[in-house]
Amino acid sequence: MTVKVMIPSPLRPYAGKRDSAEFSARTVGEALGHLTTEFAELRKHLFTEEGKLRSFVNVYVNDEDIRYLAKENTPTKDGDTISIIPSIAGGCIQRRRLELWQGWDKVREESPIANLSSESNQNLKE
Amino acid sequence: MATTVQPQTGAKPAASLSNEEILRYSRHLIMPEVGMEGQLKLKNAKVLLIGTGGLGAPLGLYLAAAGVGKLGLVDFDVVDFTNLQRQVAFGTSDVGKPKSEATRARLANLNPDIQIESFETQLTSANALELFKDFDIIVDGTDNFPTRYLVNDACIVLGKPNVYGSIFRFEGQVTVFGMPDGPCYRCLYPEPPPPGLVPSCAEGGVLGVLPGIVGSIQAMETIKMILGRGDNLVGRLLLFDALGMKFRELKLRKNPNCPMCGTHPTITKLIDYYEFCGVRGEEAPGPTVQVPEITARELKARLDRGDDLFILDVREPHEYQICNLKGHLLPLGELTRRVHELDSSREIVAHCRSGKRSAEAVDFLRKAGFRKILSLKGGILAWSDEVDPSVPKY
Repeated sequence: MTVKVMIPSPLRPYAGKRDSAEFSARTVGEALGHLTTEFAELRKHLFTEEGKLRSFVNVYVNDEDIRYLAKENTPTKDGDTISIIPSIAGGCIQRRRLELWQGWDKVREESPIANLSSESNQNLKE
Repeated sequence: MATTVQPQTGAKPAASLSNEEILRYSRHLIMPEVGMEGQLKLKNAKVLLIGTGGLGAPLGLYLAAAGVGKLGLVDFDVVDFTNLQRQVAFGTSDVGKPKSEATRARLANLNPDIQIESFETQLTSANALELFKDFDIIVDGTDNFPTRYLVNDACIVLGKPNVYGSIFRFEGQVTVFGMPDGPCYRCLYPEPPPPGLVPSCAEGGVLGVLPGIVGSIQAMETIKMILGRGDNLVGRLLLFDALGMKFRELKLRKNPNCPMCGTHPTITKLIDYYEFCGVRGEEAPGPTVQVPEITARELKARLDRGDDLFILDVREPHEYQICNLKGHLLPLGELTRRVHELDSSREIVAHCRSGKRSAEAVDFLRKAGFRKILSLKGGILAWSDEVDPSVPKY
């Protein structure tokens, strides 16, 4: 079952600038799972930490909202198009600081900064 | 599903057109879908535009040209040079003028037979119901989430249709909310995204033609609704992708559990929408991070003195192409991943366009162990103002 996932422009920076991706998947959840495995940075934009689809992200199979189907368990068939429709306001709202800290632990492990003091370690846990 | 919006307010409706009006609207009058009856409906219609920017410009121009009898224009903003790339109701001579008034003057010149009222005010929970009550249709051409939810809720409270359009870079969305059997904005998006998960200024921008297309579709829907002709966008979200040049549509359903328009609404009056959206508006920007700063003049003096300073530019590559201070380019969004490129033993001055992103970068780097790091106060804009006017502002 090959399905096409359409990636909207606000999320393309987190998806290697791609506008769509194709996966073999039997459900919407499976397709989004593949998508966020391939593009890990997308995960936090689509799912909460508990792995639930975020409430401000709408997902459609063809032209139907999965909220009115079987949500993430909505079955998909060959040739289906899954669309992620984020809310856009037309304006610009400042990026929140939190985002900067995403993935920091991994970076620190891989390339520790020489003078990272215990004090700043403390700060990281704030 | 054709839905006619009956004029709800005002004096006795106009029953005829003058000879000048007949001449002006002749290309409408000879269409059976409009005709004299439709043109009189337009003349008796009252439409309120929220926002007179990129979307408001084509909306205002087409609705005024079409002979919509009364137009209200709500905007608190002032025209600046960066608006002219897409806000086509303004001319260069309008820079510095209030947008609502500049639009009013432009539309009055286009059609002196209609009534145009400008409201130079920010739409708030305190004034929305009062502003909306004298109009039949509300058209949402704003640019921020708090106002979108406010427009939606006020329309539901008053039972008025809301012709919605929004844009981002190359993509647009259009639909009609607030009809009795149709969905509202909260049925589509129960909650706004938290500020951290929407694209920042640097990733934003909009191709100038896009609001022209989306605003024109909103104008078309408004006019069809007044005429009671055709199939409107109630229950359908029209998506426009300008790069792929594709239109698609999705089904929108009225959510029976919608807190605003569902069977048991839990929101029955207007709320604080900035709090709801977790942001403060442009009027009251949230506190920026407090970090050690250097002014543009101090930086210039230190560079002239030959101090060893590492200039870190945290903007995006396309911004670097517009102008730069020959710094090391490392976009804020990549800072976490590329932090090892920086030498924490050297003194670093981080800068961006206005000082916001560099403050965040400095805050982050300080917590990551950097000690000798400053943020350029006011960014490249301040550098242009205080040190080198040949550096363009954008």
